[in-house]
Amino acid sequence: MREFRYEQAPDAAGAVALLAGAPGGAFLGGGTNLVDLMKLGVATPDVLVDVRELTSREITDLPDGGLRIGAGVPNADLAADRRVRERFPVLSQALLAGASGQLRNRATTGGNLLQRTRCGYFTDVTKPCNKRAPGSGCGALEGVHRNHAILGQTLEGPGTCVATHPSDMAVAMLAVDAVVRVLGPDGERAVPIAELHRLPGDDPSRDTTLRHGELITAIDLPALAFPSRYRKARERASFAFALVSVAAALRVEDGVVRDVRLALGGVAHKPWRVQAAEQALVGGPATEEAFAAAARAELDAATPLRDNRFKVPLARNLVVRTLLDLVEVSR
Amino acid sequence: MTTIDRVVGAGVDRIDGPAKVRGTAPYAYEQDPGEPIAHLAVVQSTVNRGRVTRLDPARAEAMTGVLTVLTPDNAPRLAEGLASDLPVLQSLDVAYQGQVVAAVVAETSEIARAAVGAVLVEYAAEEPDVVLSADRQDLYAPEQVNAGFATDSIIGDVDQALGAAAVTVDATYETPTQHNNPIEMHTSMARWDGDSLTMWDANQGPHTIVNDLAKGFGLDRGQVRVISPYVGGAFGSKAFTHPNQMLAAMAARVVARTVVFELSRQQMFSLVGHRTPTIQRVRLGADADGRLTAISHEVVEHTARIMEFAEQTATPTRLMYAAENRRTTHRLARLDVPPPTIMRAPGETPGMFALESAMDELAAALGMDPIELRIRNEPAQDPERHVPWSSRHLVECLRTGAERFGWAGRDLRPRKRTEGRWLVGTGVASATYPTRRRRAQCRISVDGRGRYTVEIDGSDIGTGAWTALSQIAADALATDLGSIELHIGDSRLPRAGGAGGSTGLASWGSAIVLTARDLRRRLDDEYGGQLPADGVSVDGGVEGEGPHAKTHSMHAFGAHLVEVRVDQDTGEVRVPRATSVYDGGTIVNAKTARSQFLGGFSMGVSMALHEESLIDPRLGHYVNHDLAGYHVATNADIGELDISWLDEPDELANELGLKGIGEIGITGAAAAVANAYWHATGLRVRDLPITPDKYFRELDLA
Repeated sequence: MREFRYEQAPDAAGAVALLAGAPGGAFLGGGTNLVDLMKLGVATPDVLVDVRELTSREITDLPDGGLRIGAGVPNADLAADRRVRERFPVLSQALLAGASGQLRNRATTGGNLLQRTRCGYFTDVTKPCNKRAPGSGCGALEGVHRNHAILGQTLEGPGTCVATHPSDMAVAMLAVDAVVRVLGPDGERAVPIAELHRLPGDDPSRDTTLRHGELITAIDLPALAFPSRYRKARERASFAFALVSVAAALRVEDGVVRDVRLALGGVAHKPWRVQAAEQALVGGPATEEAFAAAARAELDAATPLRDNRFKVPLARNLVVRTLLDLVEVSR
Repeated sequence: MTTIDRVVGAGVDRIDGPAKVRGTAPYAYEQDPGEPIAHLAVVQSTVNRGRVTRLDPARAEAMTGVLTVLTPDNAPRLAEGLASDLPVLQSLDVAYQGQVVAAVVAETSEIARAAVGAVLVEYAAEEPDVVLSADRQDLYAPEQVNAGFATDSIIGDVDQALGAAAVTVDATYETPTQHNNPIEMHTSMARWDGDSLTMWDANQGPHTIVNDLAKGFGLDRGQVRVISPYVGGAFGSKAFTHPNQMLAAMAARVVARTVVFELSRQQMFSLVGHRTPTIQRVRLGADADGRLTAISHEVVEHTARIMEFAEQTATPTRLMYAAENRRTTHRLARLDVPPPTIMRAPGETPGMFALESAMDELAAALGMDPIELRIRNEPAQDPERHVPWSSRHLVECLRTGAERFGWAGRDLRPRKRTEGRWLVGTGVASATYPTRRRRAQCRISVDGRGRYTVEIDGSDIGTGAWTALSQIAADALATDLGSIELHIGDSRLPRAGGAGGSTGLASWGSAIVLTARDLRRRLDDEYGGQLPADGVSVDGGVEGEGPHAKTHSMHAFGAHLVEVRVDQDTGEVRVPRATSVYDGGTIVNAKTARSQFLGGFSMGVSMALHEESLIDPRLGHYVNHDLAGYHVATNADIGELDISWLDEPDELANELGLKGIGEIGITGAAAAVANAYWHATGLRVRDLPITPDKYFRELDLA
């Protein structure tokens, strides 16, 4: 770990100003990921600006029936909130499927969105990784990659990266079209969550579209008026990242799909909105065959690696089963 | 003396429990040497084979708080003759990735670790050779395998018998590299007083560590004291001396201060051993009634380039079942990997996975109940040593287990039961572990008021030895537990073997029983049964194996019956319930014994479903080298465990009739899970762990 300066600010704007003046600095939220990365030498901020007391820990109702979640709300509180459990079960389930009780107590909502990949090459400074050390190569491409991406990777060139985004929460938020509220040196802006995380492209060092010094202050969840669910497949029953996860919401009337939201976790550098499948489903029958065909439509584009081809049928099965479960719930 | 109830057998609470729960039991890192402690951190090789061509510590040495940087240039010279991963910093050669090439000593652990990054190292490296396969041309037969077993055993004509058999199984099973990962990281705190070395250390037997330190630093054993009263788990990784003890002692000598070295979790994947991967071909031949005519078990595994450790994987096959024609072999490849070592039940753990899986496959081929198949092949005596059993109750374990589990009426056919989206199946496997005893010395003193002090260099690595040995002493001295003061975990105490090979209670307990007997005889003979006012002290012990070890085959046995559920959409595996029944001889403490059985079995489930150290074939390192990447079973992965034992003392084994129970729980457990997985799914996954990707692979979907 390299030495760093620890700073506090009177308010969020002060924190933003502090960090804007510190190009090598970082915000400190719950620290459950950042501090680990600092110990490993993967993250080497020279300044930490503590925002734990500066962003809201409140969950408030929005006029449309949605919710505004302060960026400082601990994951455990968010999962337990009655309104979240009633209106956004997909989000509560996603949070509870992630990490451990202790980590959820500590981790914040804003920080959860900004988790970095757990790729073993990224977290080992002695090994090549284009995300950590641009231009050093991608160790995972030909190495150990059973739990890496099957969609949207960069498979050649200096940007090669096959890492996945680790968050469960972000997958659920993507499925419900959350909007991320950001405070930056130039003021506030609202970022649809689908535009927050990015694919590796030719610069895998950047996980998100946030600019340096921008601070997530809140996440807005627009009202969701139909059943939702999160399902995560993992290698053990607790405390493991998703092999593949699915966040889904489904409105069915008279056996016809009226609205559907689908997002996948564990398959790409970002939470993956399953747009092709959504489009294929709306207006069609809510049947296993239709769900399977829609999943296939999306997963036909998958480019799995040597050892993660299983994620394709796994993702397909998860989509189909989760949608069928939602049909059951809708009856 | 008054007669009191026996306490051996009772589920006495751990006597060290309150101190551990309150955090007042000092582990190695928490000892107070009475002076400021310097901290050590290591620079590790990033290549697997080659030589350090440049090593520049200047930037690290210049950092505030850095006391010294040890390199092969300036490190104290160690004497010849140490096991070959112990001569740390003695040369610039690199034999495995993670090998220590320099060490920083600093005022704080933070400074030491920061300075590690400032040491400049360059290598001339060769391509790593780290992938084991059965068709490597360089496989060789070691002179013997671990614990002194013969490398091969050949009886009769296996190939001919296989050719003539009515039913055969020929299958290859693989287990991956596994890492022990006790919760307490290896920690050594060293302090020199003149030419005397004191080390507070996490190990399985202080005397073992003393031997290597004395040898390496050219000292008499009396000049070295190793103190280890509390150890937070070990599983074999703390059985032998590792580079950490040598480094701490070196550094303390150089800076003339107490130095502590605590490994990081990541460092535990290269510096303190692992279990070799295995490739095991098992061939079974049987007549139409399921009587085995041939058993062949051929093992391929790895060892390190600089040090041989040959896991005795096929040895349980030498005794489990009757068959006239038998063959077991072990072949090794020397790879550019860190030295492998003991991990809970070395040999039996991977070996029983293969054998007990093959027995299940044979039962399926015969259309026979797998318990009945095992019973039908129960040997009347040791089938290779041709001596009687001291006791063997495997059949009773299987039958009792079947009853407790509700085995009767089970459909032999796979993939016949579903509940919701779960495929449900059940499986069985046998368990076994050798019963041994090692040399152990002991001193028991009594004062004029009837307080007994029992001194023996035994170890409690979390097993319950503190409590169980106190119980044994109380009974042997015909007194109550409160009158016993036990001292263990210190090389100044009478010498005894370490906690390993499930020999602790057999060895230390026998030594205590015999010494107590001597003490009581002396009190009777010399003091008329009265306690002399200034007390009496007696030394005693056992020399090693008991008188019946040569004439009898001594083993613990057991049976596991397991229910497995496999999600047919995801391939996720759960183990909602299991029954295990053990033939472990006398059970000394019902509570800590249950804990050992439970922990052993859980580790077997973990092996079956989770544990796997993934090595990068080109970069040569263990990629998942922390507990986020190396999955062990969580509480949520372990369902209801029904654990029981037969409570049949083995009168020939040792003074207590006990068989040693620290390791048997893991043996066979992975096979029981894998067999139940097959019964649930119809898929036979022969390469552990059984992760969801293999479900799709077997379905030919991935």
